[in-house]
Amino acid sequence: MFKVTIDNQSIEVEAGTTILQAARLIGGDIVPPAMCYHSELKDSGGKCRTCMVKVVQGSEKDPRPMPKLVASCRTEVMDGMVVQNITSPEVIDARKAVVEFLLINHPLDCPVCDQAGECDLQNLSYEHGTNASRYEEEKRTYDKIDIGDKIQFHPNRCILCYRCVYAADQLTDNRVHGILYRGEKSEISTFVHQAIENDFSGNMIDVCPVGALTDKTFRFKNRVWFLKPMEAHRNCTKCSGKSTIWFRGNEVYRVTGRKDTYGEVHDFICNECRFDKKQASDWTIEGPATIVPSSVLNQNHYKNVVIPSVINPIKETME
Amino acid sequence: MNQNPKIQLTNRSKVVSNKEMTFMERLYLPAILKGLYITMSHFFKKEVTIQYPEVKRPVSDIYRGLHVLKRDDEGRERCTACGLCALSCPAEAITMVAAERTDDELHLYREEKYASIYEINMLRCIFCGNCETACPKEAIFLTDRFVASETKRNAFVYGKDKLVEPKDAPIDISKRQTAEVKTFKLDKSKSHNK
Repeated sequence: MFKVTIDNQSIEVEAGTTILQAARLIGGDIVPPAMCYHSELKDSGGKCRTCMVKVVQGSEKDPRPMPKLVASCRTEVMDGMVVQNITSPEVIDARKAVVEFLLINHPLDCPVCDQAGECDLQNLSYEHGTNASRYEEEKRTYDKIDIGDKIQFHPNRCILCYRCVYAADQLTDNRVHGILYRGEKSEISTFVHQAIENDFSGNMIDVCPVGALTDKTFRFKNRVWFLKPMEAHRNCTKCSGKSTIWFRGNEVYRVTGRKDTYGEVHDFICNECRFDKKQASDWTIEGPATIVPSSVLNQNHYKNVVIPSVINPIKETME
Repeated sequence: MNQNPKIQLTNRSKVVSNKEMTFMERLYLPAILKGLYITMSHFFKKEVTIQYPEVKRPVSDIYRGLHVLKRDDEGRERCTACGLCALSCPAEAITMVAAERTDDELHLYREEKYASIYEINMLRCIFCGNCETACPKEAIFLTDRFVASETKRNAFVYGKDKLVEPKDAPIDISKRQTAEVKTFKLDKSKSHNK
């Protein structure tokens, strides 16, 4: 067991744990944000640089600090490592710069985008970004691409996190898409715009941290914050069947995987569950999905309301 | 009947008596003349009513009245049905349905998404102006116009036919634009002003 201290909080973790995972075990504000890292996808991480932290003490044996900020999702902990995240102004500054870079070519079309309200980039720029851009040049633009009849790809919004590529690689047998070209010109694409057709391709939508890959069956249907997410399951032969279904009234608007606090899906669902089962009768509803308190989905919902004690005697008499 | 005459809600209540009226009171004429005098005296007082709609009361420059959905310089609708006005609305008066713009409609809508249905229930609306503050596209504004009276409740649900400004008769909202807002709009680094 290695002892690691992140922002003055210590925890003992097993060897081979990354700084990000250790921070998530502690939890709270000190968890670095991550756009490209996904705990269920092997080799993900190290692309977006938002999770950068400062290592002020490499280990017990070699207490020299690391010369540069390191990506916490890729750096494994050492015994006696001391890490600074939000306590280091250098990290905060660097993160601000990373957000600015991520937004250089991002169209900022949140009012149009279906991901708005549950977008990692939106949250990131809200917390770490500035409200103005210094970029004066024309933004790089592409036309949107239909990947099959159920998924739509907006290359403008893509931040090249590679999550969807890893998801396709690791969840399905035939990967037909990847990243073409290099550097600023790189783009996610299929080979000659081939359709991606396999049972788990829909998970690309869930793993995408931004609005680049969106559900075409939900396109412009509603804003996520007007919908009520409910956890539900069904007996599916292909997948676990554990999903979140999004209601408005009695109508199911869309079906997604269950996302945890960090926006990661652990039970990937098949396309049949995602796109074809949009009747409430198809599902066994378990209860309301848990929503992060900071999420806009909580807007206009009264949660944890305490009934005043005065009402109770009346209630008893009434009954 | 007040059971306990000692308890009074106001000090203006009078105990009614069944005392027989005097001769003068039975004539009724002095009372009628007194009433007529009061009525006639109002002819010479200053009028308290105004002849709406020919005459309108002056309102403040930043008066919050009937909403307008603005068009941009090229006459395209600015609203992109993002739903932030409906979200910010404390009275939940706004509902909308979004649709995707087709290639033939490029001259009608500014963004690729637009509101095919946009409704404000004027009976619910409290004219707080939160929708205007929330709007990221400078599409919805409150104006100095009033909501007209109607005879049916359904008529107060205003659709796009009543809310979107006519192409040939733009509605002036410049009075509600403070100097701060104007300088903000000129700042090109704020991305949505581009």
